[in-house]
Amino acid sequence: MTVNPDPSGNGTAAPDPGGRPPRRRFKVSLTVGISIAIASIMLFIALFGPLIAPFSEDEMLPVGSFAPISMEHWLGTDYIGRDVFSRILYGARVTLGLSFLATVLAFSVGTFFGLLAATSRSLVDSVISRFYDIVLSIPSIMLALVAIAALGTSAPVLIVTIGLIYSSNAFRISRSLAMDIKVMDFVEAARARGEGRLWIIVREILPNAVVPLSSELGLRLAFSILAISGLSFLGLGVQPPTAGWGVMVRENMTGMMFGSSAALAPAFAIALLTISINLIVDDMSSRYGRDISEALG
Amino acid sequence: MSELLRVSNLRVDAVSEQGRVPIVKDVSFSVNKGEVVALIGESGSGKTTIALATLGYARSGCRISGGEIDLDGVDVLSLNRKSLRRLRGRRISYLAQSASAAFNPALSIGEQVTEAAILHGVLSSADARRRAVELYKRLDLPGAERLGNRFPHQVSGGQLQRLMAARAMCSDPELLLLDEPTTALDVTTQIDVLAAFNDLIREQGTAAIYVTHDLALVAQIADRVVVLSNGEIRETGTVDQILNSPTDDYTKKLMAAIPQPPTRNSALPQTVTTTGANVEEPLMAVRGINAGYGRDSHGNPAVMVLHDVSADVAAGSVVGVIGESGCGKSTLARVIAGLLPAHNGRILLAGDPLPYRVEDRDRKAIKAIQIAFQMADVALNPRHRIREILGRPVTLFLKLQGEERDRRILELLDMVGLPRSMINRYPGELSGGQKQRVNLARCLAAEPRLLLCDEVTSSLDTIVADSVIELLKHLGGKLALSYIFISHDLSRIATLADHVVVLYAGHVVETGATRDILAPPFHPYTNLLLSSIPELRRGWLDDVMKTRAARAEPTGFPGDSAAGCPFYNRCPLAIKDVCNTQPVPIREPVGGHRIACHREVQDLSAF
Repeated sequence: MTVNPDPSGNGTAAPDPGGRPPRRRFKVSLTVGISIAIASIMLFIALFGPLIAPFSEDEMLPVGSFAPISMEHWLGTDYIGRDVFSRILYGARVTLGLSFLATVLAFSVGTFFGLLAATSRSLVDSVISRFYDIVLSIPSIMLALVAIAALGTSAPVLIVTIGLIYSSNAFRISRSLAMDIKVMDFVEAARARGEGRLWIIVREILPNAVVPLSSELGLRLAFSILAISGLSFLGLGVQPPTAGWGVMVRENMTGMMFGSSAALAPAFAIALLTISINLIVDDMSSRYGRDISEALG
Repeated sequence: MSELLRVSNLRVDAVSEQGRVPIVKDVSFSVNKGEVVALIGESGSGKTTIALATLGYARSGCRISGGEIDLDGVDVLSLNRKSLRRLRGRRISYLAQSASAAFNPALSIGEQVTEAAILHGVLSSADARRRAVELYKRLDLPGAERLGNRFPHQVSGGQLQRLMAARAMCSDPELLLLDEPTTALDVTTQIDVLAAFNDLIREQGTAAIYVTHDLALVAQIADRVVVLSNGEIRETGTVDQILNSPTDDYTKKLMAAIPQPPTRNSALPQTVTTTGANVEEPLMAVRGINAGYGRDSHGNPAVMVLHDVSADVAAGSVVGVIGESGCGKSTLARVIAGLLPAHNGRILLAGDPLPYRVEDRDRKAIKAIQIAFQMADVALNPRHRIREILGRPVTLFLKLQGEERDRRILELLDMVGLPRSMINRYPGELSGGQKQRVNLARCLAAEPRLLLCDEVTSSLDTIVADSVIELLKHLGGKLALSYIFISHDLSRIATLADHVVVLYAGHVVETGATRDILAPPFHPYTNLLLSSIPELRRGWLDDVMKTRAARAEPTGFPGDSAAGCPFYNRCPLAIKDVCNTQPVPIREPVGGHRIACHREVQDLSAF
């Protein structure tokens, strides 16, 4: 009897058994490149903004309110004469920080329940799913308004409210991903060797769900920025005198009539950041979406 | 005979970011009018790419980079889009591998069959419909007159495959491209479809290119053969030349890897004394298993897949489970592994009853029974390295850690004949055969006593499958393993198994030692299976079809077979009002050889 006539099991000569396939080079388009640059700058500002800001957040300057753009005040001053550029630098930390924490909360909660539902008996799954259906059926801004109106506004309330509302999206995505993955033979193989549920969720399912989930995470970050800015604009989010981008738009609205850029600048910052994040996420998901479908056959 | 198609120095490249890789290299061959030429090779040999190139078409990521394709004076590769449109579906028709993917589920069958002919203005829509009905009849499709009004999901897989032939032939093309048209079908269905194709092509005098990996099929249908490997022609010749005196080494290798069809022992086997073997407790015994999917309002399975299935696996033996797709073979493996809880019945491991659910079994029982899945592609987690895939069961079942664990992983790689350097690779970096070896190694890591192999070779090429079978044989002897080997391929089972269980629609219709199964008396279904395995000789198909035509047609009268025999509707020996109404008796011509049939043993032997 001939044993292993062809050790490569390939029928043809295997290409260098120890060799790895060449790594694909990471190439991005110009648009995505610019988006990455903008997002990086915003991140830098959020981390170090107060250190590089020419003026402090709440210093009322002698040039007066709604001063035009000048060499000294790059974006002019606001309705009580504070430097808009400095306030945008300060506001980045507040806006991005709150949104980031809310998104992380949304994902932790949503993914936890999503994976739990997907791997549970149908009753548990139904209860969790129906609960999230109810959350999803109420417009998210309405829900947030009611919650904040009832609880009063503060940073933790904002984070928890937005986080819990957006966890419904993370829940839906992680549940449907896990539903697809759990019927794969490698999960069956894990069950067949007696693995517990925790192992199956963490080691078998999660690694295959991470990439699609992370692109959803980016997208949800953009939504959180919009939601928190929106709530601040409505007066229920970040409270003055703290600089937040949303609240800055609200404060300086009257300046629009005098041709002041004080309201436009933070609005532009919000738009720039969310669009950049969207473009990066789009590119990422098309790039890795392909990898995933290849890997899962 | 005049030449219809000439392909000369055809080159096709795969274009990627890394550059161009030639996948078809200087291929030249010709097809005469009315001739069937087979392109044969393993997956990746470029056979489909070549067939598609004759349409002037390259799949996305591929480019036809050189050569000439001449169809009766027309230079196909120089044609523009508009001229190509006139060529495709009119002068050359393509018949794809998967009929279910090639038919639009939203349109009626008739519309799709006649579409090309009407669109090209070959026939008026009334004429096209008439021709379609005529083609249905020639292809032995039931209810030809009204078939056109039905939808693709309303007919069976085999019928759909034949309908695809009708669609391709409707515009009366000069050249027909058949791309593995029977690969997705069961053997018993394949033979009917093949015969229908063959008759139709010969009758219409159409030239055809038949793409396949199966030499035995080629022998039935082709006039000439082109053997391909890695995008190059290895050998060209008439079927007789290739079958009887292959000159190329690769062709010889291909021929050697074909499992010999099981030889039927014509004489009645002498009764063998199996007393010694019977005393011993079987390693695995299933008794009266019923199992299915879903749950109805009474808590019973909504769809019952296995009906009262019993089987034994003696220690160190190989039990083959055979049947067509949907007969419950894989379900049986899943029930034994505990992945699908049985509804009732008993599963005994060395005499001890096992809980139905794997979650309720103790580690020792789980360790003893391992299951290898059919599709190695999805059986290995794409995000885990081989080290982790193999290391996990080593840690779990053998409690090895660190260096000891690594040493064991390397031993496992050696055992299945994979290079040790594979340890840090991901499954995506392995070939199909290599993945299947990792899949087996993962099972072996638990040091099981029983290995359930669920169609482990059916997604592999012949040569690779052959090497995996050799590996299983070798390991079985070395590790004193028992196997339950599930397959739809009786010739594979015949070479490997000691015992065979024949499943039909979830019922065990015949069981016994392999040589008893391969000798009369046969269950009528086993007989059908055996006679459907293509033999590697010319004229086999004609012979079989002649024998079958000479026999009484399967009764086919509709009847409720719930109480009677499941095979009743397809059985040429069925007895009306007996087989469909009364419980099936078990015949036992020899000790251990059991046939579930209403007919007497003599009738079955004579059949």
